[in-house]
Amino acid sequence: MKPAPFDYHAPRQLKEAAELLAKLPNAKILAGGQSLVPMMNFRYVIADHLVDLGGLQELRGIVVADGHLRIGAMTRQRDLEFSDDIAKYCPLMSEALRHVGHRQTRNRGTIGGSLAHADPAAELPAICAAYDAIIHVASVRGMRQVKFRDFATGFMSTALQPDEMIAAVDLPLWPAGHGHGFHEFARRHGDFALAGAAALLDVGPNKVVRKAGLTLFGVAASPLRVDAAEARLTGRPFDANAVRTASAAAWLIEPISDIHASGDYRRHLAQVLSLRALNDAARRAGVEV
Amino acid sequence: MSKQPTRVIVNGKSYARVVDARLTLADFLRHELNLTGTHLGCEHGVCGACTVLVDGQSARSCLMFAVQTNNCEVTTVEGLAPDGKLSVLQQAFIDNHGLQCGFCTPGMLITLTELLRDNPEPSEQDVREALTGNLCRCTGYAGIVKAALDAAQRLRGTAAAAGS
Repeated sequence: MKPAPFDYHAPRQLKEAAELLAKLPNAKILAGGQSLVPMMNFRYVIADHLVDLGGLQELRGIVVADGHLRIGAMTRQRDLEFSDDIAKYCPLMSEALRHVGHRQTRNRGTIGGSLAHADPAAELPAICAAYDAIIHVASVRGMRQVKFRDFATGFMSTALQPDEMIAAVDLPLWPAGHGHGFHEFARRHGDFALAGAAALLDVGPNKVVRKAGLTLFGVAASPLRVDAAEARLTGRPFDANAVRTASAAAWLIEPISDIHASGDYRRHLAQVLSLRALNDAARRAGVEV
Repeated sequence: MSKQPTRVIVNGKSYARVVDARLTLADFLRHELNLTGTHLGCEHGVCGACTVLVDGQSARSCLMFAVQTNNCEVTTVEGLAPDGKLSVLQQAFIDNHGLQCGFCTPGMLITLTELLRDNPEPSEQDVREALTGNLCRCTGYAGIVKAALDAAQRLRGTAAAAGS
């Protein structure tokens, strides 16, 4: 199993990378390579040119500023996993990262690559959906911002044009003291999840939920925000009844069936995992029920 | 530009080669440098047999192109026993029946070398989680986990003796 021949380009600056992508026909971007290279080895992907973003230091790093966390697209999953800033400001992502592939693939894999690949069962796109992330997209035409809702367009599809690349991801911060919960079910640790749920809760005085987020992944073409659950929780006191009816909203989804699991089984998992994720989030927000 | 000059340090020795861009690091190590200790099982990043250290971090050498390691340092299983003397971890594998056919062993050793370096006191759970990225079809993992925990203990003993 060898990839088809290609020309290799290793730009040192974002501008140079954008110019290469604008100029070269049938080019693919090489980020961490943990999804692209297997597909090249199988020849699912045959590219004439590979533009390796590994040398672009400007696309690496984690910065906290103006109420959001900005993560460079080429920041490796391993660096996110051990980042104090991620653990402090975005603990949901820290927890999710332990489920992303294996240590050996997290050492290479990047957040930008995971978002561009857009596997429906992948954890990092789900986290971006949960936080209403803003994706910064670079090309020779400059920089544009895309909301994650508009970025994920379907099964392994994104709003990226062939000459565009992800430069950074902004995650708006939730208030200090918010709760998070993350649960997924996979046949083996590190496998893609059959289904998963990510919950965020911000709770005010008298246990009144100020803001709620429930995101499912592995059940549809892209990560799915359960609007009905969020509406059920927001603006009301948090109690056992609220969390039960909110997680029951996961029954309304119509999950995909494939060789790994039936749609019915995924719907069952989605509901159970939603309940667990919401309960964890509530406990961490100090309103255990 | 399908061929690229690449300079890489492997097990402490510097190599400069002009290679096909599509040549994976695994094939580069095996066919260009004749370091056949790195094994290739699945060639798509699942089995972990080809795991090597790139700048000290474990990586699938079947999922990297040799050109990506330009100016990097790579350690293969051959680098764990530079003078033919087995590392503490390798000896622990022998003593605890951590291998049968040996095909997965190079990847296991590299993954565990990284783990024991970063976490000298791993729990059994830590070891098992690190090994989720390496498949073994002979041992059922029991001997491998035992070997890793034994090696960790021996290394801590060595470190304590050196410190006293």
